[in-house]
Amino acid sequence: MLYREVGQFKTSYQSDEAIFPIAQDRWFVIALILFAFLGVPLFAGQYLYTELLIPVLILSIAAIGLNILTGYCGQLSLGSGGFMAVGAYAAYNLALRLPETNIVLVFLLAGLMAMLVGLLFGLPSLRIKGFYLAVATLAAQFFLEWAFARVKWFTNYAPSGSVAVGRIELFGFPIDSPGKTYIFVLAFTIVLALAAKNLVRGRIGRMWMAIRDMDIAAEIIGIRPLHAKLSAFAVSSFYIGVAGALWGFLRLGSWEPLAFDVNRSFQVLFMIIIGGLGTILGSFLGAAFIVLVPIFLNQLPSRLGVPLSTAAISNIEFMLFGATIIFFLIVEPRGLARLWAIAKEKLRLWPFPY
Amino acid sequence: MKARRLLAIAPAALLAAAAYAAPSWAQNEQFIPHLVYRTGPYAPNGAPFANGIADYYKLINERDGGINGVKITFEECDTGYATDRGVECYERLKGKGPTGASYVIPLSTGITFALTEKAPIDKIPIISMGYGRSESRDGSVFQWNFPLLGTYWTAADILVQHIGQREGGLDKLKGKKIALVYHDSPYGKEPIALLQKRAQMHGFELLLYPVTHPGVEQKATWLQIRQNRPDYVLLWGWGVMNSTAIKEAVAVNYPRDKMYGVWWSGAEPDVRPAEDGAKGYHAITLQHTAGQFKLHEDLKKYVYDKGQGSAKWEDTGEILYVRGLINAVLGVEAIRTAQERFGKKPLTGEQVRWGLENLDLSADRLKQLGFDSEVKPIKVSCEDHEGARTARMQTWDGKNWKISSDWYTGDDKVLLPMVKEAAAKYAAEKKISVGCLMMN
Amino acid sequence: MLGPVIETLIGGLLTGVLYALVALGFVLIFKASGVFNFAQGAMVLFAALSLARLSEFMPLLLALALSIAIMIALAYAIELLVLRHLINQEGIILFMATLGIAYFLEGFGQTLWGSDIYKIDLGLPTNPIFLFETVFPGGILVDPAELIAAIICAVLVLVLALFFQFTRMGRALRAVADDHQAAQSVGIPLGQIWLMVWAVAGLVALVAGMMWGTKLGVQFSLSLVALKALPVLILGGFTSIPGAIVGGLIIGAGEKLAEVLLAPVLIRTFDLAGGGIENWFAYVLALLFLLVRPQGLFGERIIERV
Repeated sequence: MLYREVGQFKTSYQSDEAIFPIAQDRWFVIALILFAFLGVPLFAGQYLYTELLIPVLILSIAAIGLNILTGYCGQLSLGSGGFMAVGAYAAYNLALRLPETNIVLVFLLAGLMAMLVGLLFGLPSLRIKGFYLAVATLAAQFFLEWAFARVKWFTNYAPSGSVAVGRIELFGFPIDSPGKTYIFVLAFTIVLALAAKNLVRGRIGRMWMAIRDMDIAAEIIGIRPLHAKLSAFAVSSFYIGVAGALWGFLRLGSWEPLAFDVNRSFQVLFMIIIGGLGTILGSFLGAAFIVLVPIFLNQLPSRLGVPLSTAAISNIEFMLFGATIIFFLIVEPRGLARLWAIAKEKLRLWPFPY
Repeated sequence: MKARRLLAIAPAALLAAAAYAAPSWAQNEQFIPHLVYRTGPYAPNGAPFANGIADYYKLINERDGGINGVKITFEECDTGYATDRGVECYERLKGKGPTGASYVIPLSTGITFALTEKAPIDKIPIISMGYGRSESRDGSVFQWNFPLLGTYWTAADILVQHIGQREGGLDKLKGKKIALVYHDSPYGKEPIALLQKRAQMHGFELLLYPVTHPGVEQKATWLQIRQNRPDYVLLWGWGVMNSTAIKEAVAVNYPRDKMYGVWWSGAEPDVRPAEDGAKGYHAITLQHTAGQFKLHEDLKKYVYDKGQGSAKWEDTGEILYVRGLINAVLGVEAIRTAQERFGKKPLTGEQVRWGLENLDLSADRLKQLGFDSEVKPIKVSCEDHEGARTARMQTWDGKNWKISSDWYTGDDKVLLPMVKEAAAKYAAEKKISVGCLMMN
Repeated sequence: MLGPVIETLIGGLLTGVLYALVALGFVLIFKASGVFNFAQGAMVLFAALSLARLSEFMPLLLALALSIAIMIALAYAIELLVLRHLINQEGIILFMATLGIAYFLEGFGQTLWGSDIYKIDLGLPTNPIFLFETVFPGGILVDPAELIAAIICAVLVLVLALFFQFTRMGRALRAVADDHQAAQSVGIPLGQIWLMVWAVAGLVALVAGMMWGTKLGVQFSLSLVALKALPVLILGGFTSIPGAIVGGLIIGAGEKLAEVLLAPVLIRTFDLAGGGIENWFAYVLALLFLLVRPQGLFGERIIERV
């Protein structure tokens, strides 16, 4: 094994409850974060920032949100696109009507708006379960999509129905280059991921998992389904709303309701399934996977030197996407996070076989 | 089981090597990104247009050896008519080639809106021929947008003029009902502002019927149309929505003779599915009509006979293919114009923008190029990025499109104030410094 | 005023039958294997594309026969490559697998057959009929093509009902729907049953594809009709064939009436930029029914044991 995991004695409850109890793990994660902040800007180009890093980070936040709802609490939701739209439009309206507000506050308030909407659309979950709930969340998706296209106030009476935002500023520093945007998004992601990790490790997370595993038994031992399910919807919608606001402001710049349609919902769902339901790491891995696959597939024919028409490439993208999902589900239904956990297990014993 | 698990890591590892290392480019080339959609609900209309553009570039390379010796290279990227994919394609392709992208043709109003924010920063002009923001005609605000040959306000204006003429005078429109069945996207919503203004001016009632993407659910819309009985229906659809609209019109017995489509709703894929039902349906043309013309002799000789054609030869007279040819010739001539000033070498987007702003194709030049039967002379300037504002009507007779009216011109007494107002509003919102871009 | 309402109602009911056709495929598969087959829409598209393209160069009946063969082959491939490997997985994993199948089929269908709009020519009349012209001004408009589709749907449901009730295969399918393990222990081959069920669902998809394809033209967006069938499914219950029909009628009528009657009211009251409430109204309607009956109108009561 690379390092010995035993022999590290804890002398306080706090150190015992740390997210990464083993010192080497902690150092590794801290090094990774430092590399992300300091190392990546040294060599990353514009394309890497705008097409790879920023989308992956923002979608990770959305994936964490959906993972909380579906992975940890077991409520299948197909309305992520709609909640992202709530976050985006809320942020747009806040920035428009209260232009002096700090942008971080704008995003957080947008998340709060999404949380309220999420609570409302989460109420049916108290009565409906399983796939029925999934289809019911589609009601939220389509309604929200429609509302943002029709209620003119949301788009500031723009005749085209599409909204655009300019550069954002943080304490007077304009965030106008991809590098700065990346740092901003990275900071958001790390703080939110840390918060999520602590939530799911604590009492609330256990409450959610109990509901997921056996909700009637959970009710019997005293966990209130109302609290658990609605809090899951609330926290999940907050995350997804913040992700939507970031997506609109920092990735798209200008959008219409179609940017948050049902395909977006499915995209986020794919992320958490492939990444691993019920894990925070899985959200990141899944987001990276879903963002990278189309780009990779687009480059593949030219790399292999095979001339293919764009129609063929698009279709092959669809086919390969579907096939990859099926392949992953057959081989490892618990996702990339599970593969990572297995790798770590194997590394513990390496080079010994058992 | 273990082998299967390991197998799963393989694709994950491969992904880590995504999207890197630009290939080396020959130095004497002009790169043009080619945003297309050949799959999805808008493919029937997107594919022929893309073919037209690609074939014209190939023709220039084969017949002339490029633009004054500078060969055109282009790379296709599928946007699926989706704004975020369009932006992704743009980001990926904008830096390619020795001098970056010359210009970008999004073929989507939604993508045009998104790119309008990015183009000035990347210094790449957007050619939105026949679509895009209507107020982008004002080049002092929208320095990088070129809605050549017509915007949606122009189209709506001319349609109202024609309907007025059909009724015996614009004053006869008072009390009539005109319905707009439109694609629920920035594209479909563009004409509403002008139609509302004209409705106010002439006293007709404007009924609005949005159709959600992709536009196959129109039964309720057309039942409402049957019940409200508008005198005319304007169709502002794209892709499958067009043919569905005409079919539903047949199903509710709304006279196709009273239906007018915008120039993106008047092509063969839109009318053929309804077969005989589409007879009598009108559409406004973007100046040109259907059918092969003088250029096709060269197309056949230099492209199709060599097996390089993107479409089937029989389809090269279709409306959208011809429109693609026209879009390409405007772009190529803009580059040529810019080369007169900046030298016969690969040019940057900034230089091509100058070429677009000073594009001046006279009737003689168009004849030289082989397009004189299709396009009228066009002159672009800083104040007028549209270049021309004239169109006529065509009617589908079951087999072909036939021109069915004289030339109309967009009424600047109505259009210009609207353009100025909207452009000024945009400039104020975005805090843009207004003024024509000069280059030394 | 009554005339338009009746017209909308009839139009809605007929459209609802068409939705029910698509929902039938979902119900069949869910009933027999507990899989929520999201690929049903893609199957409808694939079947319609096969029929449309094949009928371009062979007589319709032959094309139909070949399309049936293609759908059966597709069912076989799905069972072999996907379902067999996912037998004991949770519902959500199987659902995601069908989502993967949907993407695959959409890409594969367009690769094989192309992205243009294709025609299915069944010789159905396209001009509308007008009833009761003396009673209501302008008459009540009825689309004969949809009437014929409704009749075909009724025939299909009858055939399926007879199949399930009176044939050995049908009984085996019902046994499997009841309890997988018990059926297996009595000797019913699960794999073969699932193959059968997917094949039948494929045939239902073909019929749905035919009807929708004639109406809309066969193109990629046909697969999006499945999203309209979902509210039908949840209203009627995932496991009930009569539920699919009744659900379809309610949703179809409901959404059209809402669009024609409710939308103008909403537009005026809230100063909206247009109507188009059809999309979400169907779902909200289904949701409201669900709140009263969480398993759908005709679905099996969900009995949970701890």
